[in-house]
Amino acid sequence: MAGIYIHIPFCTKACHYCNFHFSTSTHHIERMVAAIVQEINTLPFPAQDIDKNIETIYFGGGTPSVLNNEQLQSILNACYEKFLVTENAEITLEANPDDITRERLKGWRQLGFNRLSIGVQSFADSDLKWMNRAHNSATAADCIAMAYEERFEHLTIDLIYGTPTLSNEQLLINLKTAVNLGINHISCYALTVEENTALDYFIKKGKIAPVNEEVQDEHFHIMRQYLTDNGFEHYEISNFAKPGHRSRHNSNYWSGRPYYGFGPSAHSFNGDKMRWWNIANNVLYMDGIEKYQPVYEVENLTQEERINEIIMTGLRTTDGLHIDEANNKIGAYKTTPEAFLTFISTLRSYITEGKIIYKNNTAIINSEHRFLSDGIASDLFLSYD
Amino acid sequence: MKQLRNFCIIAHIDHGKSTLADRLLQTTNTVGERQMMDQVLDDMDLEREKGITIKSKAIQLNYNYTGSDANYTGNRKYTINLIDTPGHVDFSYEVSRALAACEGALLLVDAAQGIQAQTISNLYLALENDLEIIPVINKIDMPGAMIEEVEDQIIELIGCKREDILHASGRTGLGVERILESVIERIPAPVGDPEAPLQALIFDSVFNSFRGIIVYFRIVNGSLKKNDKVRFIAAGKDYIADEVGILKMRPEARDSVQCGDVGYIITGIKNAKEVKVGDTITLTANQGELINGFEEVKPMVFAGIYPVETDQFEELRDCMEKLQLNDASLTFELETSQALGFGFRCGFLGMLHMEIIQERLEREFDQTVITTVPNVSFKAITTKGENLVISNPSEMPEQQRLEEISEPFIRAQIITKPEYIGNIMTLCIGKRGIIINQGYLTPTRVELIFELPLTEIVFDFYDKLKSQTRGYASFDYHPIDYRTSDIAKMDILLNGDKVDALSALIHRSRAHDFGRKLCEKLKDLLPRQQFMIAIQAAIGAKIVARETISAMRKDVTAKCYGGDISRKRKLLEKQKEGKKRMRQIGNVEVPQEAFLAVLKLDD
Repeated sequence: MAGIYIHIPFCTKACHYCNFHFSTSTHHIERMVAAIVQEINTLPFPAQDIDKNIETIYFGGGTPSVLNNEQLQSILNACYEKFLVTENAEITLEANPDDITRERLKGWRQLGFNRLSIGVQSFADSDLKWMNRAHNSATAADCIAMAYEERFEHLTIDLIYGTPTLSNEQLLINLKTAVNLGINHISCYALTVEENTALDYFIKKGKIAPVNEEVQDEHFHIMRQYLTDNGFEHYEISNFAKPGHRSRHNSNYWSGRPYYGFGPSAHSFNGDKMRWWNIANNVLYMDGIEKYQPVYEVENLTQEERINEIIMTGLRTTDGLHIDEANNKIGAYKTTPEAFLTFISTLRSYITEGKIIYKNNTAIINSEHRFLSDGIASDLFLSYD
Repeated sequence: MKQLRNFCIIAHIDHGKSTLADRLLQTTNTVGERQMMDQVLDDMDLEREKGITIKSKAIQLNYNYTGSDANYTGNRKYTINLIDTPGHVDFSYEVSRALAACEGALLLVDAAQGIQAQTISNLYLALENDLEIIPVINKIDMPGAMIEEVEDQIIELIGCKREDILHASGRTGLGVERILESVIERIPAPVGDPEAPLQALIFDSVFNSFRGIIVYFRIVNGSLKKNDKVRFIAAGKDYIADEVGILKMRPEARDSVQCGDVGYIITGIKNAKEVKVGDTITLTANQGELINGFEEVKPMVFAGIYPVETDQFEELRDCMEKLQLNDASLTFELETSQALGFGFRCGFLGMLHMEIIQERLEREFDQTVITTVPNVSFKAITTKGENLVISNPSEMPEQQRLEEISEPFIRAQIITKPEYIGNIMTLCIGKRGIIINQGYLTPTRVELIFELPLTEIVFDFYDKLKSQTRGYASFDYHPIDYRTSDIAKMDILLNGDKVDALSALIHRSRAHDFGRKLCEKLKDLLPRQQFMIAIQAAIGAKIVARETISAMRKDVTAKCYGGDISRKRKLLEKQKEGKKRMRQIGNVEVPQEAFLAVLKLDD
């Protein structure tokens, strides 16, 4: 089983914190859709041999909801024609609250979308304003209610915490609002200041207070407490779900299943040791596709690199890192015995410190310490030159 | 010898010595236009960049004198040796030997900046050596030139007549011809006995990887021929003169070098330690006396130099040895540190010398190094009456074994504008200085004499002096004596573990302040870790300063999205790589920058 990711690189407005690939100039939409359809039809060379059984399709961006139904339809059709999309596939569309109307919801439903990911970010207008979001808090609540009415029971919203304007109280209000609206999946992202974003610039200029990691840590714990108290499972660093509502698409990334990425900047993985990604430039992407030229860059992973990925992605989730998987499936101990032994001894010291819980051959970062998981993962990485 | 002149140029950094020297070479056609690169005499990269001369050089010019001096009629051909001198306090002994090889000196003063402290001290050195001084005001075409005022300063200083002062511009070449004429007219020809036993003063040497050490000398008496058997008197070693010659743009071999002239000798010496500046070359068969003024150069400042990666030690050793081949004033011996592994305890002539060695290691040998807290050398007497020399904090005896400790003092001369006297007083007294004298050289220039502990100028004295006077102060110093002092060893502890590479020997009264600053700096330089870090400065068991780094609260990338696993893996690999390069002190990981904290206290 594999997944498909479609990157729609257009937004009507640039959010100050975003460093994903997008363009606010939307006059290439038709041409872009055609190029994505062509990419799916021809399939880039590294994608030829991957499993064609598809259980998730995810439209991300940018803002996929800027596409009209016809455009969405043509991309979906290309997927259905090229791949074997399973009966109960999870088909997700990212949508911005300001794009959501009853009519559009009905249309998306008809096209086959069964999951919506709504970029709410906050239910506080003060937050939305400095983020440069296109919607306000009332719109957000309204559109969620409407989406439920239109039978999008798999609904997820994005929230951002640890922002300079977000108080502990407002964070709780955000969470409460989400819970009261009946949402069963929430992605909560700590605000990250990426280089070359407007946010980065404003902080350097002193116009916006810098991100305070104590505050973010406090928010993280408030959020974890509140959501787990309300029946959510903290199944990945930034993701909370009620039982049966985990994102299948994103879970595939973490568990190492193959996925196809179409559209500029989209990433793909063959499920083994090859990753490739498309150029992050709309015009170059379209030009290349139209001329049947490769628009991607390939990375062949070494044994150690693949093991490090497994360590990294495994430790992000509550499913944890299966040592057997690293050892048996990849042959970690056989191929890099010394590095693997160092890994085991580092792991042991984290277990002693209580930062990692180990049972059934599985290492899971103690949820209390999950905010340190990058450092823990990098310590556990195999060394190689 | 009547047709021969030997001279040098005394100038402060930036007063245009190198540019003027270039102009002299051009005017006498010693160097063709095409060969001309700015500052040809400064051939080390570092020298050209810093605009300072580190190793002295010499070059011979041929000059057709057409002047109207009464003693001569018609054209006369002269040979002139220009001996270049280093321009920094750390190298004052080398300067004194270069001066001793000359009969005269140009006193070059910048028309806009006037006389500086270092110029004065070098001038005194020149006067001690009975040199004829030709004052030259340089850069007279600059907008800020204050020619008359600078003339007043010069007259005040050396008691010459106003009309004896030459005006020049190295940039345009103005006045250069007149300088050459004055060299012929005013500087006496060398006097010496060509028939006496050979006495040649060594004033410099360079290392050549093909020829070994090339030794520069000035013959005072006698002459030196190719294949002569020679003796270096102070070193007590005999050699064969494989090659002798004079110094043009490149060394030019000759059958002999005559009395009074400047030349070079190659004997196949491979180790710079055998060639001591100030030593005398004589003939083994017919020996002369050692020329007065020879001194063994002693290092003044000591610091540890360590490779960044512990496994690069052997490579560093190799480079240090090569570096020492052409810089005999660098001394080093093996040292080990718990924090940094194997390295070297090095002795330097001063802080600039230390900086230069560090930079040369980086540029010429591609070695990045960690330099530990520099210190001077102290003298201690133990309760058992042993005499110790302490040039490393690890050599410091425990407090109860210590009877007495003394530290080196210097006599510092600072020249500045009157409005900065207050600031300088505050600075020097804050540095435990004692004012000895204060006098006006001219109404706008004050000379201040202090006695200061050398250890106090090792850290941040120059920078402070510069900032307190907006750059309008010049500084020179000479060691004077050792004085009993309350020196203690201060350690830095990270979570209770001592970081030996950060230990320092300091005056007890400064411990609190210094310790606080160092702890604060370390707080900036140490990355947060998953646990709290206590940074402490301690003398013995007494904590004099403390800072705390709270535990890291967040070390996670929120989004791992769109399947871009590669970027994130690379970020974490980089993070791991960074940790690998850190040094482990107890459970604390310390980046290399932290070991340089002391040198950056006032950044």
